[in-house]
Amino acid sequence: MTATRRDFLRAGAAAGGGLLIATLVPSGALGALDDLAVAGTFEPNAFVRIGADGVITIIAKNPEVGQGVKTMLPMLVAEELDVPLAMVTVEQAMADEKRYGRQVAGGSTATPLNWEPMRKAGAAGRHLLLAAAAATWNVPVAECSTDGTGTVHHKASRRKLGYGALAARAATLPLPDAAGITLKDPKDFRVIGKPHAQVDARKIATGQPLFGIDVTVPGMKHAVFEKAPVFGAKVASANLDEIRALPGVTHAFVIPGTADLTGLLPGVAIVADTWWHARSARKRLRVQWAEHPTAQQSSAGYRATAQAAFAGAPQQVLKRSGDVTAAFAAAPTVVEATYEYPFLAHASLEPMNCTARWANGRMELWAPTQNPQPGRLQVAETLGIAPDAIDIHLVRGGGGFGRRLNNDYMVEAAWIAREAGVPVKLLWTREDDTQHDFYRPAGYHQLKGAVDAAGRLVAWQDHFVTFGESPTRTARAAGIGATEFPFGYVPHFSYGVSTMPLGVPTGFLRAPTSNAIAFVFQSFLDELAHAAKQDPVQFRLALLAELDANAPVARGEASPMSAERMRGVLQLVAEKSGWGKRSLPRGTGMGVGMHYSHRGYFAEVVQATVSPAGDLRVDKVWVAGDVGSQIINPSGALQQVQGSVLDGIGEALRQEITIEGGRVVQQSFDDFELLRITEAPPVEVHFRTTDVPPTGMGEPALPPVIPALANAIFAATGRRVRSLPLSRHDLRWG
Amino acid sequence: MKVTLTVNGTPRTVDVPADMPLLWILRDVLDLPGTKFGCGKALCGACTVHVNGTATRSCQVPASACQGRKVTTIEGLSKDGSHPLQRAWQELDVAQCGYCQAGQIMQAADLLARTPKPSDDDIDAAMHGNLCRCATYLRIREGIKRAAQLQAAGGRKAE
Repeated sequence: MTATRRDFLRAGAAAGGGLLIATLVPSGALGALDDLAVAGTFEPNAFVRIGADGVITIIAKNPEVGQGVKTMLPMLVAEELDVPLAMVTVEQAMADEKRYGRQVAGGSTATPLNWEPMRKAGAAGRHLLLAAAAATWNVPVAECSTDGTGTVHHKASRRKLGYGALAARAATLPLPDAAGITLKDPKDFRVIGKPHAQVDARKIATGQPLFGIDVTVPGMKHAVFEKAPVFGAKVASANLDEIRALPGVTHAFVIPGTADLTGLLPGVAIVADTWWHARSARKRLRVQWAEHPTAQQSSAGYRATAQAAFAGAPQQVLKRSGDVTAAFAAAPTVVEATYEYPFLAHASLEPMNCTARWANGRMELWAPTQNPQPGRLQVAETLGIAPDAIDIHLVRGGGGFGRRLNNDYMVEAAWIAREAGVPVKLLWTREDDTQHDFYRPAGYHQLKGAVDAAGRLVAWQDHFVTFGESPTRTARAAGIGATEFPFGYVPHFSYGVSTMPLGVPTGFLRAPTSNAIAFVFQSFLDELAHAAKQDPVQFRLALLAELDANAPVARGEASPMSAERMRGVLQLVAEKSGWGKRSLPRGTGMGVGMHYSHRGYFAEVVQATVSPAGDLRVDKVWVAGDVGSQIINPSGALQQVQGSVLDGIGEALRQEITIEGGRVVQQSFDDFELLRITEAPPVEVHFRTTDVPPTGMGEPALPPVIPALANAIFAATGRRVRSLPLSRHDLRWG
Repeated sequence: MKVTLTVNGTPRTVDVPADMPLLWILRDVLDLPGTKFGCGKALCGACTVHVNGTATRSCQVPASACQGRKVTTIEGLSKDGSHPLQRAWQELDVAQCGYCQAGQIMQAADLLARTPKPSDDDIDAAMHGNLCRCATYLRIREGIKRAAQLQAAGGRKAE
């Protein structure tokens, strides 16, 4: 059987009457649509229902953690169905990979993966409704039209019918083949490109229960779970009898767990009538933790190991082109510097939680997760139950930032509910959340660069010391993309890696790897620009023009980054910020940074002021971004960009997770400080459009602001910042 | 201990441990989950409610201090979501994840009740204790100013 594009859409009668449209959204890499067609693996996974009562329901299949996907995906369908979003009920799907394919909030993937299939689903629905109207009135379908409000008109006879009245008939009609489903010309968009408040705005503003922490089920108890401060240490003993006798406590038990840092860690669970009872009992809990081999690790130790590694050659050179040694020997100007950045926590404001009910051999979970499918498998494997025996309700997460790509809280809740034999809501304390994260890994870079007499960057060498088993098996989020800029733009290039073991779990934090690399590379590039006595923007523009000139990159090895699009945002941000045209007092400076990640192009300029006493204030940020041909929801897009920029400033200013004795030192928002409103500068955002399908907004705006800020500090004070957080630096001048 | 307090205009009697914070009385005993837990240490402001008309971190008020208090939560700020701040928050699409926003709105409602036309400095001073991890601060500022306009134009007075 040969599958065709036509197979990506199905239509039929909805349960309870009306029209159901299902479409396939590819779950893997972009372009996989055709591969799946060939493989014949079609399962419809995105749904639109039009009831006979006219109620239009669009299933939002991806988890919502504040990135706006629950609003954006339905906008795509509503546009082509030709109805206002306000007419549509958006329903959050269950986690069901068989029905919906991959449901993940990660990697800024929802926009590129859904842009075409979700619009086609809407267009197919509109097509069938028009055909149903034509059949009803016995007129040519070409004489029928929709009006953007869920009504079909036959203008010549002044007849009209609502979608609901047509739904049943539409459900009996055949779908056209793919060529028969035409998408709107973007100039006719009524929904896409118009700002829309998120669909849950009212519920949020009125305090309706929406989040994981708000879930209740009948007979539910409340659980806390104490894990070892040293990751993976086992329970040697605990005063469980004493705990069980405390008020409100119904269960207290040891979970043996595993030393696998991504698995169910060992600890003690306490279940009680209220969370306060459980948490109060935990204050009396005395656990003896077994010795653990990583208890000697520390941030100071990692730094010392990195410095020792810098004295030698990298364990492995992963990329090389030209001859850096000869280039450094020949170049008139060589710059060397070491950079480092700390571990970071995600610090979602809603602490990790999950509600679990074990009944009749089935596990039912209510999980604020970004990534339910690995969670299902992990629960199944850890508890020894079938994946099919697990039902996962996707509940809104109070911030994700990549933390909820891990499902440790889901496994813990499932285990506790089964062992206690009652439904439980597991809720972590803030301290649990800070001390048991999957951290953005720290990293250390020894950089060397050279510019020739013409001021052109001719050599770039990085020795990156990071964590993992080996340079090719780094810890999660602890590697660098093999084609990371400026690879391909510098004739003599070397990228070497050394690794050390780590007893701390790591994971993806918004714009993973980019949030660190951009700081290091874009700051060092600034150093090289100054060494070359060139303007930092012009120096970058010149470097971006070097790709074809050098072309040392084998085909298929090159970065997907388009130099032209990057030049475009850099020029735009320079223009909008008045780069090079402002006269600023001493102590005030402007810095620039640019970065390509998650298919998005962002260049940002920061203006910062440092007082003679060393107090830093970010005055303003200008942003230029290019995420393709269309900003789908301008309101959500602006939120994501401004939020990303302020998030990056927060990371740069004070945030740091420190390891001592194998454990995390920081506990709460007094020693892991988030940005506050008093520190939030204006963030002016400009978009440049490029004629390629739109891509995601949750991440790519974050990375450039960190080096832009560090570079602004240099411009303001002459002090070069080569490590984060900024609060560790003495910025006094004068 | 037995404590009687007025929550969103209704007298409620609860039997809870004397040290149980108002936050958990609201969430786990009175089934009012709009008030959020963020840190338990008054560092984030997610649990902000009004106690006798003043914005208060409910995680820091033990049951023993609740007797006879009048408490307003986000669920009781207006009957129908029509408080100027609730309207402005929807109009300007202030929230991202939304988790902190009940606390932000309750804090801002206290500000608007005392300072009907707040300046940027007034807003910063009042809102400094409320964290937003999504960093919606720019829209929070706009939202408060918009609510002030709505209030001045004859919208519902803040309580």
